[in-house]
Amino acid sequence: MPNIIIDGIGFDAPEGWTVLEAARFLGIDIPALCYHEGLSPGGGCRLCVVEIGEGDNTKMVSSCTYAVEEGLVVHTATVRVIRARKMILELLISQCPTSKTLQDLAAKWGLQHVRFTPKWEDCIHCGLCVRMCEEQMMAKAIGFVNRGNELKITTPFDITSEDCRKCGACMYICPVCTVRCEGAAPESVLCGRCENSLQPTCLEFYDNFSCWMGLKGECGTCVKERFEEKKED
Amino acid sequence: MERISSVEDFIHFRQLILDEPEDDNPCIVISAGTCGQASGANDIIRITKRHILEQNFHDQISLRITGCLGNCEMEPFMLVEPGNTIYSKPEMEDVKRIIDATVEGNIIEEMVYTENGGQKKYHSMQEIPFFKNQTRTILGKNQKLDPIRILDYLRARGYAAFEKVISNPDPDWIINEITKAGLRGRGGAGFPAGRKWESARRSGNGSTKKFVVCNADEGDPGAYMDRSLLEGNPHAIIEGMIIVGIAIGAGQGYIYVRREYPLAIKHTLIALRQARDIGILGTGIMGTNIDFDIKIIRGAGAFVCGEETALIRSIEGKIGQPEQRPPYPVTKGIWGCPTCINNVETLANVPVIISDGADKYTKVGMPGNRGTKIFSLVGRIRNSGLVEVPFGTTIREVVYNIGGGPWDNKKIKAVQTGGPSGGCIPENMFDLPIDYESLTAAGSIMGSGGMIVMDEDTCMVDISRYYTNFLKGESCGKCSTCREGIQRMNEILTNITEGGGNIEDLALLEELGKVIKDASLCGLGQTAPNPVLSTLRYFRDEYIAHIEEKRCPALVCKAFIQYMIDNDKCTGCGICKKNCPEKAIEGELKKPHSIVQDKCATCGICYDLCKFDAVLKTGVTNA
Repeated sequence: MPNIIIDGIGFDAPEGWTVLEAARFLGIDIPALCYHEGLSPGGGCRLCVVEIGEGDNTKMVSSCTYAVEEGLVVHTATVRVIRARKMILELLISQCPTSKTLQDLAAKWGLQHVRFTPKWEDCIHCGLCVRMCEEQMMAKAIGFVNRGNELKITTPFDITSEDCRKCGACMYICPVCTVRCEGAAPESVLCGRCENSLQPTCLEFYDNFSCWMGLKGECGTCVKERFEEKKED
Repeated sequence: MERISSVEDFIHFRQLILDEPEDDNPCIVISAGTCGQASGANDIIRITKRHILEQNFHDQISLRITGCLGNCEMEPFMLVEPGNTIYSKPEMEDVKRIIDATVEGNIIEEMVYTENGGQKKYHSMQEIPFFKNQTRTILGKNQKLDPIRILDYLRARGYAAFEKVISNPDPDWIINEITKAGLRGRGGAGFPAGRKWESARRSGNGSTKKFVVCNADEGDPGAYMDRSLLEGNPHAIIEGMIIVGIAIGAGQGYIYVRREYPLAIKHTLIALRQARDIGILGTGIMGTNIDFDIKIIRGAGAFVCGEETALIRSIEGKIGQPEQRPPYPVTKGIWGCPTCINNVETLANVPVIISDGADKYTKVGMPGNRGTKIFSLVGRIRNSGLVEVPFGTTIREVVYNIGGGPWDNKKIKAVQTGGPSGGCIPENMFDLPIDYESLTAAGSIMGSGGMIVMDEDTCMVDISRYYTNFLKGESCGKCSTCREGIQRMNEILTNITEGGGNIEDLALLEELGKVIKDASLCGLGQTAPNPVLSTLRYFRDEYIAHIEEKRCPALVCKAFIQYMIDNDKCTGCGICKKNCPEKAIEGELKKPHSIVQDKCATCGICYDLCKFDAVLKTGVTNA
């Protein structure tokens, strides 16, 4: 079993594991959007980048695709990694601001501002649905079409495919189609970000009010109510 | 022709061809690569053929149709051997005169090549500065052979390396020789070829299910080295591939070439058929137990498929998206088998090293960067074309001595090397020797060898906008940094060129560029921000002029320029008025015209059409 060092922790990782699996086994949190235990790794979202190597000779790789090897030194939270991760989140969230998963990640990793014009798209092209359809549902009904800025995921020739059994697995696994709560300002790229802020958004509006739903501001109901009121005024 | 079935027979056959007495007759060489054909070489060939037949000159003159010789500026041309006199751009009538004079052994003095219409006449190709200052080890052969005739290649000492290798197939010796020669991959990264072959040889547990791939998926705007090599000398590539095949123990080769190169595909197919007929390819080559054959795979023209993992997926019939390396292709490539991928130019160097020996090869170039490199020198320069120079030549030598300096006495500002993934090197760094390390240190890359010269009429912001625009469409779209990041860069740059930028954009561009470089999956993403980052590093003042002064120093960006008519020069011919698509030009015939600025779309048609230089291009004035 190759011995690797992740964030200073020495560890004998089983042959064939990826760095991401090893890190998660050790309880180190690395965000990943296009990774799923049941599917082959994709390496498309790049959120799981880590820095490997030591000294001046380091490089960044996606941990979900990089297999462990003897003597590998991994750093999962250097300045370089965090900077890249935040930038990637900024890119993804400006592409698809309505996703709850992305908003939660943004809150967790402390993304403060988005400098790009929002695109309001529905897909971040992570490819999970394509792999799910091919590997677990054995259907191969959807796939990538075109490349670059015209890339999209669809059925062949954009028509209903006979291979599609309408099982819904693609929707089940999609990380971005869980819609965020609209919060105070539905048109904002970053939502209320209640998840990790110590003061739930509700409190900004209702002083010492504890939300009766006990969801620590996740529901956004109160804020929305207040927002509607404001609009009516 | 009958298949040769033993090594002895092949040696004998080659010797017979080499011993043939040289033809004493003068020979007319017409280069008809894609570039030559586009400039009209086919017409010249037709007239030449007809004239030779009509005048019964067959016994007195010979004709050779070759691939591209390199100098695009003089095409189409006729070159007369032995003297190597060049007649550039002959008229249809001149062709007949040239043939008549050649048969009589004369030279038509008034038609001899002069550089860019200058006074000095160059009687021989070797005197022309463009050719004189090059070291044409690889490209020089194109002149001597018709790409669709294997006998021409054999006569030009071709397949000598193959003979050497097949008579004693020793992989250790081959790999050792290549390592000693210090051959580095010409595809861009400069990985030592010997090391790559060694790993490919060791992997695969002795199985012959290994592959050799020739990467001819050349997609950089303004680069065409690989095309002209495949068009002009396909047998050299085939010979190189066989040697790689024997060295690593592979049984199958693929040439991955894009469909945009129909002539290269045609010539390679003919060459492959000839090599198979003669017994150089196939099972049991020359009676040995070595099997090797080559197939052509036609790519659909995706730029990213030049990246090796994407190329492998494309050969497998999947969508061309790169994958994580390691595992490298040498251990796990096409269908999981070890695959050795080399660039066309690398393969063209292999027969030279094997036949002449590594010691001779290392005499050219500099330590760590041996041999020669072909560049396609294009842009705002007098002599554009393919140039082959030893490593270590300075950029200045290439641009001024070979390229002949700038057009119309403009000042050269920068050179962009390495295609869309490369960076711009400013004029004050032109004494930089061309080698992999120096270019990387200067923020650019060697790449496959594109070299685009830019003068003061080129806007650096517009150039980086152009490259991001190219890359945003050519990125495979798999990883978020490359797909989204490049689109955002393009968005910001477009905004700057349209006058909407602010100074914080520059910091954002730099931050974004660094992350795309760091976190992208493949070579395309990792080098994509280079044009932006290098222009930001060396030409920041131009960006600032766009943002703060709302001014484009090179007068390129349409938002910052306007056209005006000089009343003193305008004769009122009306040609601008007639051709203006926006009907923005007013004026009576024979009286000075004027442009209505509100209607003008700054398309520049009037500027290009005016014969009296009466249309002026200026920066926008608010007055």
